[in-house]
Amino acid sequence: MDVFYQQLINGLSLGGIYALIALGYTMVYGIIELINFAHGDVYTLGTFFSLAILTGLGVSGEVHGLALVGVVLVTMLAAMLLCGITGVLIERLAYRRLRNAPRLAPLITAIGMSFILENVMQLWKGPSPISFPAVIPNPSFQAGGVEIAAKQILVIVLAIVMMVALQLFIRNTKMGKAMRATAQDRDAAQLMGININTTIAMTFLIGSALAGAAGFVSGVYYGTTWFFNGFEAGLKAFTAAVLGGIGNVAGAMLGGFLIGLVEAFATQYIPQGAQWTNVVVFSVLVLVLVFRPSGLLGEAVPEKV
Amino acid sequence: MNPAVRRSLRFVPLLLLPLVPLVDHNNSHIDFLANAGAFILLALGLNIVVGFAGLLDLGYAAFFAIGSYSYAMLASQQFGIHVPFWVMLFAASGIAAIFGILLGAPTLRLRGDYLAIVTLGFGEIVPQTFLNLSQYTNGPNGISSLDSPSLFGHRFGFSATPYFYVMLGLIVIGVLLASNLQNSRLGRAWMAIREDELAARHMGINTTAAKLSAFALGASFSGLAGVAYAAKLDLVSPDQFQFNVSVLVLSMLVLGGMGNIPGVIVGSFALSFINSFLLPQSTNLVHSIGLTWIDFTDYRFMLYGVILVAMMLFRPEGLIPSRQRRAELREALTDPGISAQEQTEYEGAAR
Repeated sequence: MDVFYQQLINGLSLGGIYALIALGYTMVYGIIELINFAHGDVYTLGTFFSLAILTGLGVSGEVHGLALVGVVLVTMLAAMLLCGITGVLIERLAYRRLRNAPRLAPLITAIGMSFILENVMQLWKGPSPISFPAVIPNPSFQAGGVEIAAKQILVIVLAIVMMVALQLFIRNTKMGKAMRATAQDRDAAQLMGININTTIAMTFLIGSALAGAAGFVSGVYYGTTWFFNGFEAGLKAFTAAVLGGIGNVAGAMLGGFLIGLVEAFATQYIPQGAQWTNVVVFSVLVLVLVFRPSGLLGEAVPEKV
Repeated sequence: MNPAVRRSLRFVPLLLLPLVPLVDHNNSHIDFLANAGAFILLALGLNIVVGFAGLLDLGYAAFFAIGSYSYAMLASQQFGIHVPFWVMLFAASGIAAIFGILLGAPTLRLRGDYLAIVTLGFGEIVPQTFLNLSQYTNGPNGISSLDSPSLFGHRFGFSATPYFYVMLGLIVIGVLLASNLQNSRLGRAWMAIREDELAARHMGINTTAAKLSAFALGASFSGLAGVAYAAKLDLVSPDQFQFNVSVLVLSMLVLGGMGNIPGVIVGSFALSFINSFLLPQSTNLVHSIGLTWIDFTDYRFMLYGVILVAMMLFRPEGLIPSRQRRAELREALTDPGISAQEQTEYEGAAR
């Protein structure tokens, strides 16, 4: 049973990272119905930015006490800001002109942006995996036979805090209201005096900033990254967003944790499971899309004609 | 002169293609042409799915993998089965088509972008499965020393020339098939689905059957290309069929012009040329003048990315567009404010 609980914890912390990425997918899809294919690479870029910032701060190992809080906050916020700006630039450059084009056109540019970002990161740090400093000291807590690492708690708590903050933002602020209106009917929103360009840019800013946060914690969590990391993680996070019901913030969170659990348990309980996790996760994606395309928490929306 | 005759005159230079190996004895050039031929076949097949029927398939390399692995498993020492190459061409395109239907059947209800993601997932699952089933496929090492095809007792061996002719023959068949399909009842059904699926269904088109046949036919081209490519390379391994192959073929379509057969061929050839000739040669050139830190081949993915983004933004119909596709894409870009003059232009173009 200990193995089960251990994998439960592992799955939840993996899922926390997927959930943070999935929030960005779900927000962007919710507002402009685009699968932002480059989002996974913005997440990897978040790890790369964090690494550069840590190097700039001269941090290469564990940090303790107040300095730890400072380093974590500064690095994460800076990575979030940089990723947010990247996201806004991508939208401005590659998607805005195609807002009224056939749906597949922006999807194709999104794939193009993804390849460009991957190539940029490859040129920046080379094609091999790179190591990420273990900033956070790693005391682990024993609960029964289960070991919980500090960084696992960080991931799970961060994901939940971000989700709640995002939910409050969307529910209660004027910009959040504008986002919901734009998602519902772009033309009507514009007629009501909402600046949809700003609103959509804001969506990209927030979504990409969350990916930046995910990038930072994944660096800390795995201690390594490489330029192609975002492809697989992005696909899994997208699966999470679809599983939860795309466009639904709480759904993205739920889907993220579920995908993390699926991955952890598949690794444990399927013979040679580590080789098959991707196959399992993508099979989940196919099954959800085929049998319940609206996801667990989403409502079935008839296609707009 | 009769316009039809004049149009076909443009293709006369193509008749010179079979003479290339007789003039150019450099095996590496013929080798390049044969490889480019395989990608032209892939592009022709993907064009049926993406260009004609408007279904974005991001896992097209999976069918390429299925074709290649069928040849590798059924015509090598791997299981001691030796099916002749020519039979395998048919068999593998059939196998790939079956997988196309298997993938298509449950997913066709999905909207365009969801379909794209599911095909992408499929494209990831297939090579991963070949990698994992190492007792049958030798895992990451792949399967090597495949049977060399032979014709009238003449074995192909390692020379690229016979493969050049095989590819050329397959492309000719592929082009004839694709262009006849395009003008058939089925081809018009695809076009109708691409432009407006709901309207197409209301006009009595069996959209499910039409989409499934697009998937199956597209996949069968890929199966053909897979067999010929595997036989030529004498090796298959899972890393030949990654996502970037699917994106490379998609870039070929986007560059040349989705839905237009000459455009697709030109786009495909141009990208192959850039990939295997221009980038390495220009790298050699700058290395020879002392700039050894520059390697243009490192920018390959950037190139695909820039092609996809720039073409979709500035010339979504491709360099050599099909008229209809151009009208669809352009109209959408300027919608809703189409000026009267443009409107007549489009109508003229569409006619």
